[in-house]
Amino acid sequence: MSFGAAIRPLTSRRLSSASLRGRFFRSRRVIIAGIFLLIIVLIAIAAPLLSPANPLKNDLDNRLRPPFEPLPDGRFLLGGDVLGRDILSRAIWGARISLLVGIIAVFVAGSVGVTLGLLAGFFGGGTDDLIMRIADVQLAIPTLLLAIALIGVLGPSLHNLILVLGISGWVIYARTIRGVVLSLREAQFVEAARSIGVPTGRIMIVHILRNVWTPVIVIATQQMGGMMIAESALSFLGMGVPPPEATWGGMIAEGRNYLSTAWHATTLPGVILVVTVLAVNFFGDGLRDVLDPRLRL
Amino acid sequence: MTHFIIRRLLMSVLTLFGVSVIVFMLLHLSPGDPVLLLLPEDAPREYVERLRHELGFDSPLYVQYGVFVIKALQGDMGTSLFYKKPAMGIVLEFLPATIQLTMAALLISLVVAFPMGILSAIKRDSVWDYTGMFLATIGQATPVYWLGIMMILVFSVKLHVLPSSGRGGLENLIMPAIALGAPLMAIVTRMIRSGMLDILGEDYVRTARAKGLPEWVVLYRHAMRNMLIPVVTVVGLQLGSLLGGAVITETVFAWPGVGRAVVTAIGARDYPLVQAATLLVSLYFVVINLLLDILYAWLDPRIRFS
Repeated sequence: MSFGAAIRPLTSRRLSSASLRGRFFRSRRVIIAGIFLLIIVLIAIAAPLLSPANPLKNDLDNRLRPPFEPLPDGRFLLGGDVLGRDILSRAIWGARISLLVGIIAVFVAGSVGVTLGLLAGFFGGGTDDLIMRIADVQLAIPTLLLAIALIGVLGPSLHNLILVLGISGWVIYARTIRGVVLSLREAQFVEAARSIGVPTGRIMIVHILRNVWTPVIVIATQQMGGMMIAESALSFLGMGVPPPEATWGGMIAEGRNYLSTAWHATTLPGVILVVTVLAVNFFGDGLRDVLDPRLRL
Repeated sequence: MTHFIIRRLLMSVLTLFGVSVIVFMLLHLSPGDPVLLLLPEDAPREYVERLRHELGFDSPLYVQYGVFVIKALQGDMGTSLFYKKPAMGIVLEFLPATIQLTMAALLISLVVAFPMGILSAIKRDSVWDYTGMFLATIGQATPVYWLGIMMILVFSVKLHVLPSSGRGGLENLIMPAIALGAPLMAIVTRMIRSGMLDILGEDYVRTARAKGLPEWVVLYRHAMRNMLIPVVTVVGLQLGSLLGGAVITETVFAWPGVGRAVVTAIGARDYPLVQAATLLVSLYFVVINLLLDILYAWLDPRIRFS
């Protein structure tokens, strides 16, 4: 089940753009989930234009206003929260944070992980041992617990959130890349490159990295859903982006105290989160099937 | 086998030392003066300097770490600022509740995942398969805390059949355990399904069937054993998420465990408690992983020699 088990160099035929594009566009999952995600991303980007109301504006007249009874201008389609703010608007603005954190945290984790994996695999010996020991230690502390402890010490803010989540995710990239590098290191094309004097750094970047991007993309897309859920969990605990910013997790937390009178305040943001993560996961699964079905579960 | 166990034990000890470094560094990661983290905000300067000297914060970092480790090995993790009692003692008080919750969640996930996964594999592409996979997919996309809140909404608020918080009897345990175990159940179901699908196509299964063995013997004695190995691996890998999820689940259900203690401790800036809790939870985690590795080596003899 290990990712790096038997990865062979991806020959040009397997990865030719034509066949890849063909498979990409024939995969229903990738297309449908991809379009859905694109719509969500566009909505998030266009938040200032699309959001019917100011997400931060309190409107106590509409406190806990029931959902599905919108005003003519589209406000309160999803109801009002405990301070009368429009849940739909807050959900749209919250999408920005969730997507931003999801994407950037994965990017950070991937960058750190791939770099360390390359170093560990290529230089082996002490470097390899050190990096893998650090990975073991980090994995020994449950991720969310570590994140909570770090945010508790560093203070809740958007960039601390991204930093902490990014650091929590590097290990899987490092282990996978290390496995690939170990198997490719002795490959003939690497030996050939070295024998004509290509410097080590260039070999790492050009020759090995090129064979490694497929599993990295698959891991990244599959990790993103988890990052979004983690962000929402931290926001739920009050350790994400601090209020009054709208975050999906924060909205769920705020609505929690009014379950008997206003079920929508907690339920609807959660539904939106679940649907988005589903789309991300489907996209990731579809992408994996296209790029490298060997990693299939 | 003994050799393997000793080796893994040593690695675990090493890992725990690494964890202690991280736990120790927690206080020193703060952008401000770490001593200030341990005092109320308006403490006068002399108090700060006195505490700094008392706690040894004016000595070099490696000396501080040494003292920290020696004390930790004796069970002294400082005094909880909030409870005004030894931090380790407080954490140990809360630990049984967390162990109960995580074990219950693990049990429920496995008890559901095994039949569901096997059924999905045997009756591939049937209604059972699609239902099972549908539930598994949703289970992986649903945050644990939201699932918990939805369960409270339905079973406590609307139907009044289950209590919404606290620890007590089975009726208190069931909702948090199910909420906590849902993502794990989803992943294990998918693993079992895919593992079974692979195995059922193997030659030795065909041979067993050709010998005329009843289907349940084929499944149980031949197929299942081989499938357990990746399942054990995955459970080990997901255990960290389970413990992390326990932190949140305990908060949602007011379950008096270590997780909830950590969350309130962070809010109260009770850093000694956070340190003690992190160390102890990691210890719990490392021990379980060690046991799982031993189980894994017992199931698959090839591992003992790797």
